[in-house]
Amino acid sequence: MKPARLIAIAILVLISAGCLLANLLAPAPYAHQFRDLTDAAPSHQHLLGTDDLGRDRFSRLLYGTRVSLLLAPAAALLASLLAGLIGGTAGFLGGRVERAVMAGTDLFLSLPWLFLLITVRALLPLNVSPVVSVMVTFALLGCLGWAGAARVICAGARSFSQSDFVLLARASGSSGFRLLWRHFLPNLKPVLFAQFWISVPVFILAEANLGILGLGVAEPLPSWGSMLRELESLSSLSAQPWQFAPLIVFVVVVTSFHLVLTRQELPA
Amino acid sequence: MRLAKLVGKVLVVVLLGGFLGATLVRFAPGFGIDEEELDIRLSDQSIRALRQMDAPKSNVVVFYLSYLRKMIGGDLGTSRTLERPVSRLLAERFPETLKSVGSGLALGWILGLSLAVAVVQSRAWYLNWLASFVVGVLLCLPAAVLALLFVVERVPARLLLSLVVFPKVFRYAQNLLERCAALPHVITARAKGLGNVRVMLWHILPPALPQLAALVGVSVSLAFAASIPMEALCDLPGIGQLAWKAALGRDVELLVNLTMIVALVTLLANSAGDLAGGVFQAGAP
Amino acid sequence: MKKPSLLFTFLILAACGTLAQSGGQLRFCLHSEPKTFNPVLMQDDASETIRYLTGGVLVRLNRQTQQLEPELATAWKIGDDGKTITFTLREHIRFSDGTPFSAADVVYTIEQLMDPALHSPTGDAFRSGEGKVQAEALSGNRVAIIFPAPISGLDKQFDQVAIMSARSPLKEMAVLGPFVVSENKAGAYLILKRNPNYWKHDANGRPLPYIDSVRLDIQQNRDIEMLRLTHGEVDFINSLDAEYFDKLASQNPAMVHDAGESLDSEFMWFNQSANSPLPAYKKAWFASTNFRRAVSGAINRSDLARIAFHGHARPAAGPVSPANKFWFDAKLQPHPFDQKAALELLAQEGFRFEGDVLHDRDGHAVEFSIITNSGNKYRERMATMIQQDLSGIGIRLNVVTLDFPSLLERMTRTFDYEACLLGLVNTDLDPNSVMNVWLSSSENHQWNPNQKTPATEWEAEIDRLMRAQASSLDPRQRKEYFDKVQEIAWQQEPFIYLVNKNALSAISPGVHNVHPVVLRPQVYWNIDEMSLTSEVARSH
Repeated sequence: MKPARLIAIAILVLISAGCLLANLLAPAPYAHQFRDLTDAAPSHQHLLGTDDLGRDRFSRLLYGTRVSLLLAPAAALLASLLAGLIGGTAGFLGGRVERAVMAGTDLFLSLPWLFLLITVRALLPLNVSPVVSVMVTFALLGCLGWAGAARVICAGARSFSQSDFVLLARASGSSGFRLLWRHFLPNLKPVLFAQFWISVPVFILAEANLGILGLGVAEPLPSWGSMLRELESLSSLSAQPWQFAPLIVFVVVVTSFHLVLTRQELPA
Repeated sequence: MRLAKLVGKVLVVVLLGGFLGATLVRFAPGFGIDEEELDIRLSDQSIRALRQMDAPKSNVVVFYLSYLRKMIGGDLGTSRTLERPVSRLLAERFPETLKSVGSGLALGWILGLSLAVAVVQSRAWYLNWLASFVVGVLLCLPAAVLALLFVVERVPARLLLSLVVFPKVFRYAQNLLERCAALPHVITARAKGLGNVRVMLWHILPPALPQLAALVGVSVSLAFAASIPMEALCDLPGIGQLAWKAALGRDVELLVNLTMIVALVTLLANSAGDLAGGVFQAGAP
Repeated sequence: MKKPSLLFTFLILAACGTLAQSGGQLRFCLHSEPKTFNPVLMQDDASETIRYLTGGVLVRLNRQTQQLEPELATAWKIGDDGKTITFTLREHIRFSDGTPFSAADVVYTIEQLMDPALHSPTGDAFRSGEGKVQAEALSGNRVAIIFPAPISGLDKQFDQVAIMSARSPLKEMAVLGPFVVSENKAGAYLILKRNPNYWKHDANGRPLPYIDSVRLDIQQNRDIEMLRLTHGEVDFINSLDAEYFDKLASQNPAMVHDAGESLDSEFMWFNQSANSPLPAYKKAWFASTNFRRAVSGAINRSDLARIAFHGHARPAAGPVSPANKFWFDAKLQPHPFDQKAALELLAQEGFRFEGDVLHDRDGHAVEFSIITNSGNKYRERMATMIQQDLSGIGIRLNVVTLDFPSLLERMTRTFDYEACLLGLVNTDLDPNSVMNVWLSSSENHQWNPNQKTPATEWEAEIDRLMRAQASSLDPRQRKEYFDKVQEIAWQQEPFIYLVNKNALSAISPGVHNVHPVVLRPQVYWNIDEMSLTSEVARSH
């Protein structure tokens, strides 16, 4: 294994362990407001300082990482699998099926799905727990986020259908589901990994942006999205560099995902 | 015949998109609610009159059919949130979005593709790492932070879209070019001593073109979708900002029109991409 | 005595010229696009800004002294019955397009305003009873307006009525105010140019306004607005966020202004509507005065003001802000933060505080949600702070932020909510402006709207008092009635008043004769007398 991949794996393991052990590592409950210490600089007591309500940033980062690290990749996986299945099958079958599926995909891309998200939120009881609410949000994002990648995957699948190894497989008697499952879909892995890698930060940021409409994580549960939203204010782009800790962790995790996932997998 | 089929397909999808868009808006919570109702100066009678304003639109099918009838006559309806004819709003704002999307796509593709080519060409690990890191940072930065930085540094906000398009173009293009670079005929070409530029232009790019063409189509719809929050954040008076206001105000007339425009643009861009991909594939040895 | 030298005289005159420099373009931002230029229909903030800058009114409330001053009317008289008001108008005045102004224009404006089909909010404020409002031109420069029933504080209402021309082909675009709309780039900006026919002059006979034009950029993003101010691209921010106030104050203290408590208040309330789908036990909680008082006592208002608003707010006592000098009941104090007293009140209602959780007499754990509009960071912060405060008395509060239409649907249609946190923007000092909030039969009686008969005795009493003050013409009598309304509201807490925000603004040093106040518009209320320094005027 390349050293870079090893380091990336180690980082992901460390961060995952950190957030799973948040109960032990967090110096304070993530929701507790130290009201005499709002916007405090890092100190012995508060390693990353406190936010505008006096909550310990380090604790919130640990718990927020847990939420985002579990849910965003799950949503990205769902979106990537759906994209692979739909796009891959369409490209494999070709002809009218492919054209109809791609037209449907284009239609799907054009619709204002925001209203579906708002409707689902309205259907949830008001007293639903923040965890359930954010799980539903990410599940919806996963179900809605496949369309863009499906097109690219379909184009890739279409080009595979002309390739030598597929011709060889057909000549050997492979057809239908076997051909799709054993030869097509595995060769889509690099594109799927690329799609997955891109989707993780996109979904985290989408969760942050949906907070503007009340669809993200509910207070006091932290997430990367809600912590990144703090950076969107001019007052934060100044003398408080510790506020960028969630962004740094986010970038490190996303880059590590990329290094772990993108091996040199090449078609035969 | 093929063209007629394409036109027919586009028409059906656009009309269906408009109807589905109207349905999503109609059944979303807050439809038919006007925040002006909270104006404490209004009498109860006025509030009740306000509440009746959207009653004709409560039946989606009836509303949509009536909208189509008016559309044939050139009337795209009146926006409830901005209280102006939709056709005028679109005519005023479309050029702004075209400029943003156009410049964003152009710059995003130039950056993304050239960086992907450079990474694949050089095969240097440090360049790969640097590019991945830059792309990773751009993917992770919230659009609002980028917008603020642009304003602080006085960079035209229109170019923000390029930073949305560039990471995706780079990532897909790099992946694609690396796979093509590992094909047997490329290895043969290098072994025969062909230069890097020639190998890239004649042996790596051609097999990648069909999928790159598909990516062009996808990036157009991506850019359009990204223009909505971008214009809303940067207060650019394009149709993206209009879409955001319409969504917040549940302005079904405006949203139906915008959905149909987005559907049309997406279909045309992707169809053009497929067509180009087909041409490249047919022309490939 | 030695005569002043020519040079000295020249220097003094030059200095005066610099200070009261004519010309230049004043620039500030609107946070949304104006929906209409018809003054009768204006309701949103942006349109009302345009109305203020372009509209000529008969009388103007001086935002600084809070006293009424003559404008297009030189004198006015209210009849003894309170139903008639007669104005004597200035003569030889023209609209911006040259059309002469006369009593016929006032008659026309009132007819438009009171058109029942238009549902004008300004017009609704004049609807005092059944019957038509009549306007009659008694002569070329005298006009009488007759209302079907007496209206207290009648003259002050005309501060909101911009007079339209009955004869101009430009319709509502012909104006009598200091500026006229000259360019409108949809979604981007508006430019207002000096009205060449504006009737006002300064004490030296110079025509007003001093400024040549006003540019209004449509800028929803407050961060970008703030950046543009620091870059010198805009000249002031009319309503500044508290956190930007501190940031700017650290860089340039002279730029920021805190005019003190505004008229606005932030409050929460419980859903007491009979039509709500809430379970009976929750309805019983919210209907209990002791429950509401306990929740109120468990909230630390000082912390809300200090932390959520960075110290630029004060704990609120009741529905009227101390900034409303005449109508504020000075006997009322904000409810003190006392969780022990809160638990005692709850105990009286059978609630038990066991193991950090509060239970009602039937064993239900006290848990409810509070909805507020997403995107308003002050309310989101307050809701989160209230969540912690209430956990101190064992109440579990779930904070739910919703986009505004979804929130409104729950508040006004489905009544499917438990508690709500919102605010009130008060533009008018007179209690008649909040009649629709306090009358139990009203649609805007938020905690329990549209009651056929008052659900409680205290609501019936409030109805009686509000109607009494509306029909009285004696200001002292009205004050007595309205003080009683405030006292009932303080005791019963249908609205739990939290804070009154301060009126904050930021003004570039290049703008002169600016005196920020608490009444809207806070900064540019005297725009016709504002001026720019010569450097700023040249650079714009």
